[in-house]
Amino acid sequence: MKRAVFKNRRLPYLLVLPQLAVTLAFFFWPAFESLRLSFFRTSPFGDKRLFIGLDNFRKLVVDPEYYRSILNSFVFASGVTALALGTGLFVAALATQKVRGLAMYRAAVLWPYGIAPPVAGIIFLFIFHPSYGVLPYWLSFVTAYEFNWLLKGWVAMALVVVATAWTHVGYNIAFFLAGLLAIPASVLEAASVDGAGPVRRFRSIVFPLLSPITFYLLVVNMIFAFFGAFGVIHAVTQGGPGRATEIMVFKAYKDGFIGLNLGSSAAQSVVLMVVVIVLTALQFRFVERRVTY
Amino acid sequence: MAADGAVAASARVEALGGAATMRRRWSLGWGAFVVHALLLLSVAVIAFPLYYAFVISTQTLQEVITRPPILRPSTNLLPNYVEAWTRSHMTRLLWNSGVVAVVSAVGKVTISMLSAFAIVYFNFRGKSLAFWLIFVTLMLPVEVRIMATYEVIGNLGWLDSYAGLTVPLMASATATFLFRQFYRTVPNELVEAAQLDGVGPLRFLWAFLLPLSWANIAALFVVLFIYGWNQYLWPLMITNTEAMRVVVIGLEDLIPRTGTHIPEWNVLMAAAMMALLPPVAVIVVMQRWFVKGLIETEK
Amino acid sequence: MKRSASIVGVLTAAVLLAAPAPAAAKTEIHFWHAMGGQLGEATNELVRQFNQSQAEHEVKALNKGTYPEVLTAAIAAYRQKNPPHIVQVFDVGTQTMLLSGAVYPIFQLTREQEIAIDWNDFIKPVTGYYSKDGNLYSMPFNSSSPILYVNRDAFKKAGLPDRPPATWREVGEASKKILAAGAAKCGFTTSWPSWTMLENTFPWHDQPFATNANGYTGLDTTLLINGEFGVKHIGQLAAWQKEGVFSYGGRMGQPDPKFINGDCAMLVQSSAVIGGFKKSLKFEWGTGQLPHWGPPYRKQNTVVGGATLWVMKGQKASDYPGVARFMKFLAEPHQQMWWHVTTGYLPITHSAIKNLETGHHFKKNAEQWTALSQLTAKPTPNSLGHRLGNFVQIREAIEGELENIFAGTKTAKQGLDDAVAKGNEILKEFAASNRP
Repeated sequence: MKRAVFKNRRLPYLLVLPQLAVTLAFFFWPAFESLRLSFFRTSPFGDKRLFIGLDNFRKLVVDPEYYRSILNSFVFASGVTALALGTGLFVAALATQKVRGLAMYRAAVLWPYGIAPPVAGIIFLFIFHPSYGVLPYWLSFVTAYEFNWLLKGWVAMALVVVATAWTHVGYNIAFFLAGLLAIPASVLEAASVDGAGPVRRFRSIVFPLLSPITFYLLVVNMIFAFFGAFGVIHAVTQGGPGRATEIMVFKAYKDGFIGLNLGSSAAQSVVLMVVVIVLTALQFRFVERRVTY
Repeated sequence: MAADGAVAASARVEALGGAATMRRRWSLGWGAFVVHALLLLSVAVIAFPLYYAFVISTQTLQEVITRPPILRPSTNLLPNYVEAWTRSHMTRLLWNSGVVAVVSAVGKVTISMLSAFAIVYFNFRGKSLAFWLIFVTLMLPVEVRIMATYEVIGNLGWLDSYAGLTVPLMASATATFLFRQFYRTVPNELVEAAQLDGVGPLRFLWAFLLPLSWANIAALFVVLFIYGWNQYLWPLMITNTEAMRVVVIGLEDLIPRTGTHIPEWNVLMAAAMMALLPPVAVIVVMQRWFVKGLIETEK
Repeated sequence: MKRSASIVGVLTAAVLLAAPAPAAAKTEIHFWHAMGGQLGEATNELVRQFNQSQAEHEVKALNKGTYPEVLTAAIAAYRQKNPPHIVQVFDVGTQTMLLSGAVYPIFQLTREQEIAIDWNDFIKPVTGYYSKDGNLYSMPFNSSSPILYVNRDAFKKAGLPDRPPATWREVGEASKKILAAGAAKCGFTTSWPSWTMLENTFPWHDQPFATNANGYTGLDTTLLINGEFGVKHIGQLAAWQKEGVFSYGGRMGQPDPKFINGDCAMLVQSSAVIGGFKKSLKFEWGTGQLPHWGPPYRKQNTVVGGATLWVMKGQKASDYPGVARFMKFLAEPHQQMWWHVTTGYLPITHSAIKNLETGHHFKKNAEQWTALSQLTAKPTPNSLGHRLGNFVQIREAIEGELENIFAGTKTAKQGLDDAVAKGNEILKEFAASNRP
């Protein structure tokens, strides 16, 4: 169906101008600059600049710390996604069980989304504190193992994973709720009449029907944990102990802002750009509505 | 007739509100008691960290460091909050966060609406280019362009300024998509009727589309407000002076990293409570709009 | 009526225009620093005193965050051609500043502004750290040294004599007695692990931290901390960690609470925290020198930590006289003494120290003397200081490996080897980007 349009010639350009201006100035120009910077070695004060081609990238490829940061990013993102998705689905499934007060429950679990991840991180920093925190205290009744995040990398990772997942559970619950409620009741009734038990119904009906949402959430959670969780790491562990929680984004920031190695930081940014593009492209290919223009 | 799309969308949201409880949902086969118990347990587990943070913010330092940990609120609430407020210059922090959240949200909504309007209701050379340019920004979160964006802001002289804090946040592909999707559901007849009446494009936008869009705008505004309030990396990078800090960053100054005193967790938690209260309150109060906004921006 | 009104108007305007021009505007000098909290207040007070002492210049001090944040901000500002006049840069940023071409060396500034500061009045370890070819490049501001803090109450409870342990062996024995008596949960801990246990311990024992006299004589420097001495010292710490004698507490000042709340009986930390401790410690405490291994190692000197003030190029020529005057102000004995007494940072001019001695200051405040006493020996090439590029990243790498060692996932040798490998990489990178 042909869409009705207005005929003005110049107006549309004026209308898109603000957004394009901001986009060009703050997205494309910096992205291009990052790409350019990544081919140089610059002194911190910018007075010496040397073109070194792919040398920054080559150094990354042979740097075990870089691989560590990639691994950390994946561990962190997977942990957050698994925890937030799993808990989200569980609670959403519970909430849709013929239970009244759905909106109340949803409000009761959604609100952590309003807490900035670094703030959540600070709260969990205290909960996990080896000397005063309530969690190591309770755990000390179960085991003598010292849950000291300052020394044990995996405890620090658990800390930031839990803090980040906590803020994101509500988001997942909201989507799963919408998804679960959108499943036609008729299909479910037909299945239960056929004698399919709850597990069977979940596997063959609910889960497949939920899969677009699940996939969407999977990608969104991963992207969020991969990139957006910078705040938690910076506020809580700063990549420690011993780089155990140094995710790629944090390493790029640290090398650039603290180590003053702008070339390497830019190179890392370029790699991250590629990763985001791949992830987002994946997301769009599967959520069909966005692909067609 | 006019806003079928919007009506359908809000009907869906109503369904989420639990009004349509008549439909048989997928049943786990567990008794209602078990379900209720598990739900309450989930809510308790999710709420515990905040509860605990609140408890700490009401204790004295001595109580904070005692073992076993005290899990009941205490009486030191006022001194802690006053201390947190004055020490971190909370008025300024909250003000800055508010400015960033509101200005960036309003800016985003405005320029996205304009762009979406142009894309849907006009044919012009370079339309698809404009569309893809906007679309691609989804793939460039600020974390991947940190150093270079910092330089751009520096070159503009926008370090430590509200402009620097808000303008770069104003380009949002998701908001543009939201409006685009919505505008596409507006029936052609409305447009044609308006054109027949001699209504120009801008008038159409203002008098016809805008009223129809209020639901979407409200929902979007809520989501964007929270996003703007909780910005971290961006304000961290481009503000250096205390006067321009936002609250999630200002908290950092209170984190006991170094220092010659026992870290004052109680004051820190009080500050954290003050930092998270506005966005959480927005979610709780505007829950419906918030969920609608989240889900709409998914499309 | 109208006519007279306009005449009045014209006359008024004439009077106003003929009024004497306002006094010449003060030159503004921007000073970016990293002093927060109590130290920030002290800094502001110093600045205020300077501003009140004369009328031509006004220094505006601004806390720009932590040391790395201040440096980054200064660099960014410099690149935008709008740097502050004075920047406080920490010790590990020295090499970066020296090779940057963005600084106006302090010796040159004072010479060209014809302001006389007696550089010989400053103590050697300080000038040694921040000089090149015998000339001082930055103005020493806040200097400190690591010392041992002792919980005397815990010592008493364990039946130990009331004096600080002088050797590491004594530290170990005292810790074991304290643990056995239940006087504390751990013997000792240390803050700023790399700074105390390596960067200072090596010069203290006259051991080379890196080649080229710790980087002074060349850019092709490599680290030497994985040699016999390093492995011995760190290895002992790792063993003690297992026994509970030593308890690793984190980086920077994170471990401080362990000492403050009595969990650890001893703490190795900068002398700069003396001021804060005086106000907050609730038990009897004292200080001792940084412990030493004793023979066959000589007792040499520790190196100064802290920060100095660097003057940036690119300002109006008419601003620099004010900058020079501010520097002279800071160097005067009165200011040195005031700064020391208020903050706990070391007095770094001989005249200030002499004045303090005359006032029996150190008798009344013995803990202040402890740090100074570690800086009196004439430095050797191993103990002049450190001149390593990208030192921030090197320290990062070292502390990361120390964490692995103390957590038990690597042996001391392994961890130190890895730290050296990473550190050398960083040094090579620095050398390459600063090839003249």
